[in-house]
Amino acid sequence: MRLDKPGQIDRTQPLSFTFDGREYSGFAGDTLASALIASNVRVVGRSFKYHRPRGVFTAGSEEPNALVTIGQGAAAEPNLRATTSELCEGLVARSQNRWPSLDYDLLALNDLFAPFLGAGFYYKTFMWPAKLWERLYEPFIRRAAGLGALSGAPNADHYEKAYAHCDLLVIGAGPAGLMAALAAGRAGLDVILADEDVRTGGRLNAERIEVDGRPGADWAETVTDELRGMGNVRIMTRTTVTGAYDGGTYGALERLSPEVAARTGAPRECFWRIATRRAILAAGALERPVAFRNNDRPGVMMAGALRAYVNRWAVSPGKTVTVFGNTDDAHRTAADLLAAGVHVAALIDARPEAGTDLPVRFYAGAQVVNAHGRGGLEAISIATLSGIDKVQTDCLAMSGGWNPTLHLTCHMNGRPDWSPALAAFVSRDGAVPGLLTAGACRGDFSTHGCLAGGLAAAKAVLKDLGKRARATDLPVAEDAPYRISPLWAVPGKGRAWLDFQNDVTVKDVKLAATENYSSVEHMKRYTTQGMAPDQGKNSNVNALAVLADATGRGIPETGTTTYRPPYVPVPIAALGAGAQGAGFAPQRFTTSHDLSVEMGAPMVEAGLWYRPGWFPREGEKTWRQSCDREVGMVREAVGVCDVSTLGKIDVQGPDAPAFLDLLYTNMFSTLKVGRARYGLMLREDGHVMDDGTTARLGAHHYLMTTTTAAAGQVMKHMEFVHQCLAPQMDVSFISVTEQWAQFAVAGPKSRDLLNGILDDPVDGDSFPFMACGAVSVMGVAGRLFRISFSGEHAYEVAVPARYGDSLFRLLVDRAGELGGGAYGMEALNVLRIEKGFITHAEIHGRTTAFDIGMERMVSAKKDCIGKAMAARPGLSGPDREQLVGLVPTGAVKKLTAGAHLFDAGAEAVRKNDQGYITSAAFSPTLGHFMALGFLKDGRARHGEEIRMVDHVRQIEARCRVVDPVFFDPEGGRARG
Amino acid sequence: MAELVARTPCAGLLPIAGGGVRVTEVDPGPMTAIAPFRGKEKTLAGALKRAHGVGWPAPGQSEASGDLRILWFGHSHALLTGVAPKPTLANHAALTDQGDAWAVVQVEGAGTRDVLARLTPLDLRDGAFPVGACARSEVQHMQAAILRVAGDAYRVMVFRSMARTLVHDLQVAMRGVAARG
Repeated sequence: MRLDKPGQIDRTQPLSFTFDGREYSGFAGDTLASALIASNVRVVGRSFKYHRPRGVFTAGSEEPNALVTIGQGAAAEPNLRATTSELCEGLVARSQNRWPSLDYDLLALNDLFAPFLGAGFYYKTFMWPAKLWERLYEPFIRRAAGLGALSGAPNADHYEKAYAHCDLLVIGAGPAGLMAALAAGRAGLDVILADEDVRTGGRLNAERIEVDGRPGADWAETVTDELRGMGNVRIMTRTTVTGAYDGGTYGALERLSPEVAARTGAPRECFWRIATRRAILAAGALERPVAFRNNDRPGVMMAGALRAYVNRWAVSPGKTVTVFGNTDDAHRTAADLLAAGVHVAALIDARPEAGTDLPVRFYAGAQVVNAHGRGGLEAISIATLSGIDKVQTDCLAMSGGWNPTLHLTCHMNGRPDWSPALAAFVSRDGAVPGLLTAGACRGDFSTHGCLAGGLAAAKAVLKDLGKRARATDLPVAEDAPYRISPLWAVPGKGRAWLDFQNDVTVKDVKLAATENYSSVEHMKRYTTQGMAPDQGKNSNVNALAVLADATGRGIPETGTTTYRPPYVPVPIAALGAGAQGAGFAPQRFTTSHDLSVEMGAPMVEAGLWYRPGWFPREGEKTWRQSCDREVGMVREAVGVCDVSTLGKIDVQGPDAPAFLDLLYTNMFSTLKVGRARYGLMLREDGHVMDDGTTARLGAHHYLMTTTTAAAGQVMKHMEFVHQCLAPQMDVSFISVTEQWAQFAVAGPKSRDLLNGILDDPVDGDSFPFMACGAVSVMGVAGRLFRISFSGEHAYEVAVPARYGDSLFRLLVDRAGELGGGAYGMEALNVLRIEKGFITHAEIHGRTTAFDIGMERMVSAKKDCIGKAMAARPGLSGPDREQLVGLVPTGAVKKLTAGAHLFDAGAEAVRKNDQGYITSAAFSPTLGHFMALGFLKDGRARHGEEIRMVDHVRQIEARCRVVDPVFFDPEGGRARG
Repeated sequence: MAELVARTPCAGLLPIAGGGVRVTEVDPGPMTAIAPFRGKEKTLAGALKRAHGVGWPAPGQSEASGDLRILWFGHSHALLTGVAPKPTLANHAALTDQGDAWAVVQVEGAGTRDVLARLTPLDLRDGAFPVGACARSEVQHMQAAILRVAGDAYRVMVFRSMARTLVHDLQVAMRGVAARG
C-alpha cells in the first residue's frame, strides 16, 4: 500500500502499467517492485524448483524472487529484476515459471513431492537408462524448473558497447563513494563515479539518516550537484560495474532509462570497458536473511529493503509488520515503520541482552520459527524461553546482519578473510592491483565510517598518483557501533530457505555434508546453491555457515566459493553489441561491386569480401546456365573478372630475393625483372600454406600475390619469418591489396580487348606468357601481368583503386562488343578445375607438396621454410592421398565435393576409405562432370574405375581416375 | 576517347551528421608508406627533413608541415601524406604508394569523443592523445589509424574496401550518442 508521506517519487506523474495482463498504476520514481507493492500485489513469481509463490524480497540487484519478463514479442526480455526495473508508462511485465497462471500453478505439485526432490535428486533418479537423459529427462526437468524464456525471434533491440578512460573509478555512489569522488574530483583527477541505482546516494536514499544536520539524501544531492559541475568528473548512474580485469580494466553494464531507450537509435543497454589507473570500491553491503521454516513466504522480506520501500518509495508491503533481527537494524526498521505510521506488531531481537524504548511488543532472545500463510504471510510463530507465541502479521522484515559487497576484490583470484567481529567476510587489501575499498564494503557500517573511509581512500589515491588533496571537510554523521550476534539458521523442523532463487534449503546443505560433499565448492554444485542468476548474493555466507556447522568446522576453515564476474547478469547482446547480423564482421567491397549488383549478380562471401557468383542474362533461369555461358565466353572470346581480393604484398629491399627464396619452395632470386612466377609456400610443419604468382618489378622489388583466403595468414607468416627467423635480412613489405583494383582479362580475344585500352599496345613479343610490367591504361599508370588461372591466353590488369569502378565498366562493355563479358566465381571455379589448378579446397592445411604433385617445386638447390619438415616419413609416398582427376563412368553422372572414394568392389565404410573429392563441377567445355580429389596412391592409379559415395547427399557414382588436368594439358592456349 | 574516372572510397556515403558530430571524407593527397632499409633510419630522417621539412615521427606521433603530414604507422613504418615523396628518399627506404588503399574521414564536433568511444578502445583524453597524436588501433572490428588533427577533430582511416562498414559503424554510434541527448 502507498503511504501518506513524501518519498522520492513524483506523485504528479502517474504511470500505468500491466502485470500479468492486469492494469496497475504507480508514479515516476517507482521501480516495478515498489509499484507492485503499492498496488498490494504480493505474489510476483514462482520458485525455481518447487514452484512456491514468492514475493518481493529485496530492493536491489540481488533480488532472488521478483524476476519478471518485460516487454512484448521479440523485444521481451526475461529474468529482469522488478526491484531494479524503472517504471515507465505502458510497461508490460509478466511473471515467470508458472503454468497456467501465477495464482494456479500446476507445477506447484512439485512442492508436495518436496521430500523426494532434495539435493541430488536428479543425479540419483534419472541415471538410468542413460539414453533417456537427453530426450526425456533433461527437457522435462528444464521445463519444470526454469526461468523466463526468450521469444525465439531475433532481438530487435539495439545494444551498445563503449570504452571509457579515467584516473579513478569510484564504484558505488553512497556516502563513501560520493566522498571519495568529491575529494578526487576537487583535486583534479579524471573521475568516473558509477552506481547501479538511478540516482546517487546509496543507502542515504533508503534511510532516515542525517549528514551534516540535514537529510542524507539532500546531502548526497548537493555533493552530486558539485560533482556534475566539474569537467573532470563523470557520473554514470544505472551503471553496474560487473567485473575487475587485468591492467585496471573494469566491465560495467549501463541500463538506459526507459525514456531514453525508447528513442530512435538509442541502445537499451551499453557495456562499458573502463580503463582506469586506480579504483575505489564503495559498493556497500548486502543484508542477509535468516533461515527459518517457511521463510520464503510472500511477505517475508529483508529489513533494509523494507526501510527503502517505506522511506524512499512511500510504500509498505504490509499493514501489520513484524521485525526480526540480530543487530540494531531491526530496531531502526521498527522505528522507521512507526515514523511512517505503519503498525508494528512485534519486534523480535535474537540477542538476549537487547532492549528497546520503542512502543512495540518486544521479544529479546527470541527467534521466529515458522511463517504461516501459503499465498502470503498471515502469521509467524516466535520461540521464546516460555514457549511459542503466534503473532498475526502480513509482513515480516528480517535481518541476519550484513555482508560487505566485496565481490570485485575477488575477481582476480583474491580470497576474503573472515571477521569474527562482523560475522562476515571482508576483503583483503591489494587483492586487485590499484583497487582500494571504502565504506560498508570494507566493513565500516556506520555513516560516519563510510564518509571517513571514502575520504581516506581518495587521499590515498591522490598521494599515490602524486596529486595534492584540496581541503575537504568530513561531514558529521552517526557512528553507531555494529553489534551482531550471528544467527544463520533457526533450528527446527521443516524447510528453511537459504537460496531462494534455486530453492536450496538448510536440509539440502546438511544432506550434502552427510553425503560427504563437505567442500564448499562440492556442496555448491551438489545443491546448486549460489548458481542462480543472483549468484548466491543472498545465500552464500549463510549456506557455508550451515555447512561449517554440519561438518563441525569453523567458517574460516570452510571458506567461501569463488566470486566470479559478472556481478549482475550481462546480456550477451550487450557484450557483443554491434556484432549482430552484418555487423558481425566488416564487409569488404571491391570497386566493381556496384556494377556487379547492377548487373544482377548474386554476391557471395569470400572471407570478408563480397564477390559475384555469376552475372545472369535475360532468359537464363538457373545459375548453371549463366555459369556455362560464362565459361564458354572465356574459352571462346573474352571474360572479365575482378581479382582484386587476392592478397598483394609489396616486398622491397636488398635481401628481398633471398627472403622470397626462404619463403617459397621454388627460386625467386633467379626470376628476371619483368617476369612473374608461380610459387608455393609451406608452413613450418611442411604442409602447403598458400600459392600464388609473384612478379619481379625491380632488382630489389617484388609483388607477391596470395589467395584471397590466406592473405592475412601469409602476411602474418612473413612478419614471423622476418622478425624471428631471418631478422638479419634487409627487407620490408607491406600490403597493397587495397591500393590496386585488378581485373583478369581472359580468353582468345583478351589481347584485343586490352589493346583497346592500353596507351601502348602489347604483343606476344613485348608481353609473352608470365611477363609483367608497368603500362599506361588510358593515361593512368597501371600494371599488367600475363598470367592465367583459366588456362586461356590471359592477363591481369591493375590500376589504382580509385579507377577500379571506371575500368571495370569499360572492360565489361568492351568485352561485350567482342562476344564476351563479365564472369563470376562459379565460372572461375569451373575454368580452374578444368585446368586442374588448385585452391584452398585442395591446399586445405593437411596436404603436402607431394600430395598435390608439386614435390619437384621444392628446390633442391636451397633451403626453404617447411622443407625439412616436409621430408619427414609419412608425408610422401604411396600411402599418401594424392591429387587426381575424376570423371563419371556409370549411370550417375554427378560428382560432388565432399564425397568419399572407395575401391570399386569395396563396401562404402570408413575403414575402406581411399580418399575424397575436394572440388567438383560440370564442365561445359568437356560436356560432363569432373572432380579433383585426393586418392590413396592416386597418381599410380590413373585409369582405374572406383566408386564415389556421398553419404550426406545420398549420391553414389562410378568414376575413373584421370590426370587432374582435364583441359589443354600442354598449356598451349595460355602461351599462345 | 573515353577516360577513366576516379572515385573516392566514400563516394555516395558521406557527409553525415548527428550526435553533435559531422563526418566528411578527406582527400589527403598522395599517401606513401615509408619503411627505412636496415641501418638507414638516421640518414632517412635527415633526407626527410631536407626533402619535406619533417622528421621521422616518434611512435604514436605525427609531424606536419603545411599540408603535408607524416604519421607513425606501426613498427618501422611511416605514412607520408599530402605530397609525393622526393625520389631521393628511395635511397634510404622502401616507398610504397598507398594513396588508394585507405578511406580517410574526418570526424569532428562536440560529440566526437563520445562517438569514437563507442568504436575504439583508445584513450582519447587530451593528456593521452593530444593534437598530432596518431595510433594504429581498432574501429569496431576494423584495423584503423586514428589521428587527432584539432581539439574536436579526428581523422579515421580504414582500408578502402571497408568504407561502407566504417560509415555504418559511425552512423550507429552517432545515433546512440544523439539519442542520449
